[in-house]
Amino acid sequence: MTQAQWVRRVLKPVTWIACLAPFGLIAFDGLTGGLSANPIEDITHRTGTTGLITLLVALGVTPVTRWTRIGALIGMRRLLGLFAYFYAVLHFLTYLVLDQFFGWSFIIEDIVERPYITVGFAALVLLTPLAVTSTKGWIKRLGGKRWNALHKTVYVSTAFGVLHYLWLVKADTTKPILFAGILVVLLVTRLQRKPRAKRAKRKATATSGLGAVASVD
Amino acid sequence: MLVKRASDIKSSEITPEQVYLNRRQFVGGVAAVGAAASVPLVLGRNAYAAESPTGSARAEDKLTPYDDVTTYNNFYEFGVRKEDPARNAGSLRTSPWTVKVDGECNKPGDLDLDDLLRGITTEERIYRLRCVEAWSMVIPWEGFSMNQLLPRFEPTSKAKFVEFTTLLDPEQMPGQRSSVLDWPYVEGLRMDEAMHPLAIFATGLYGRPLPNQNGAPFRLVVPWKYGFKSIKSIVRIRFTEQQPMNSWQVSNRREYGFYSNVNPEVNHPRWTQARERRIGEFFKRRTLMFNGYAEEVGSLYAGMDLSVNY
Repeated sequence: MTQAQWVRRVLKPVTWIACLAPFGLIAFDGLTGGLSANPIEDITHRTGTTGLITLLVALGVTPVTRWTRIGALIGMRRLLGLFAYFYAVLHFLTYLVLDQFFGWSFIIEDIVERPYITVGFAALVLLTPLAVTSTKGWIKRLGGKRWNALHKTVYVSTAFGVLHYLWLVKADTTKPILFAGILVVLLVTRLQRKPRAKRAKRKATATSGLGAVASVD
Repeated sequence: MLVKRASDIKSSEITPEQVYLNRRQFVGGVAAVGAAASVPLVLGRNAYAAESPTGSARAEDKLTPYDDVTTYNNFYEFGVRKEDPARNAGSLRTSPWTVKVDGECNKPGDLDLDDLLRGITTEERIYRLRCVEAWSMVIPWEGFSMNQLLPRFEPTSKAKFVEFTTLLDPEQMPGQRSSVLDWPYVEGLRMDEAMHPLAIFATGLYGRPLPNQNGAPFRLVVPWKYGFKSIKSIVRIRFTEQQPMNSWQVSNRREYGFYSNVNPEVNHPRWTQARERRIGEFFKRRTLMFNGYAEEVGSLYAGMDLSVNY
């Protein structure tokens, strides 16, 4: 099996299962009484945490691709990014429908007056164009340069997501600080690897058109 | 006033165990499949809650099921997640239990809890509990007014406040190994607040001894204040002249004050206090001034600016 085949036949299906598992577990717990006494809060926290973790894993794809020099890995980024967006949307819908039940005045007040909700909402808004333009068609339409510039904003969205988490916890900041640390490490690896990125680009261009565009950013 | 005596209502009348277990399973299930619109209809029937036997309780105050009261707890001594205390509190040894009484009083001492409670009759008090995190419960406590006990220690004229301390023992309380709060947990009340008949020491709930995760063997319940004021597993009572600090104020002074009265008009800097979710209900309800006990306790705060003394 070539590396590309291995990614397509093994890694992708495994990632699909891993990404759907948290959703499946929430549904299972919901149906079997496994959620807490405050099920809406439970669903809100679980979808939010899963979204943030998936986003951080998606950001790790590029450095891992470079270190391992397995160009085909870069294709995982879109899958993980879209799953992160899926959980972010579920998280927001839980808030909108289950928690607030379309109480628009309260929702607007939250977004305007509560910084942790402001940045969380901003993260979701910023991720939306990235999800929309994740297709091959949009990469062509925008052109690699502009597409890359747009998709670099994922770092801003992730930072907002981590801030959202950090600002909402009452006392135990262990997890949000861990997430912030991971984000900083990811950013640092990206800044250091600039010159090698160009080599990777040339190499990838030869193998796959999509990979070429996707690996530059 | 939502105060009921034990004789009015037998614990067997309250919520048959199977009924609330089924209810919980159902709510979880419905929430998960996202059939949100059907929830209020079913919850509106309230098949799981007993009718108020005295009429003194508000019609909308249905008792929160025992299972929820004992599995959804903020008790950071046993972990920061809501389910942690129910899982980890088994390591707490509640007997023998000694309470130290000191400070501005004539009769200080180290008292065994059994001696401390000798001659005191507990009664059932059904109170709303409003957490600062905007959820609430209705809990049938077993307890007695603090004003039955505190005068025994003969607080002096200097005793303007009373401070309470939770057990400090990381062996029994594994959550204390992490420094999320400045251990031990400390809370305080003004003397007139502590002597108000609604303020109780609780030793049980639902007609049973307090489960460890609910603050066994001896805790405070101050129903017009946010839940964190109702300190659990008390080992020390100290009368003071100066206003004591409380743990959450130490942790974040801008967000938590000394009084911490339930007040829908004074928002927590990070979340609204105007509404709350009653555990087991879908729609949020409006939060009441002093958690609905304004008639009884409002006069304690006459002339105070509650947005300053939050």
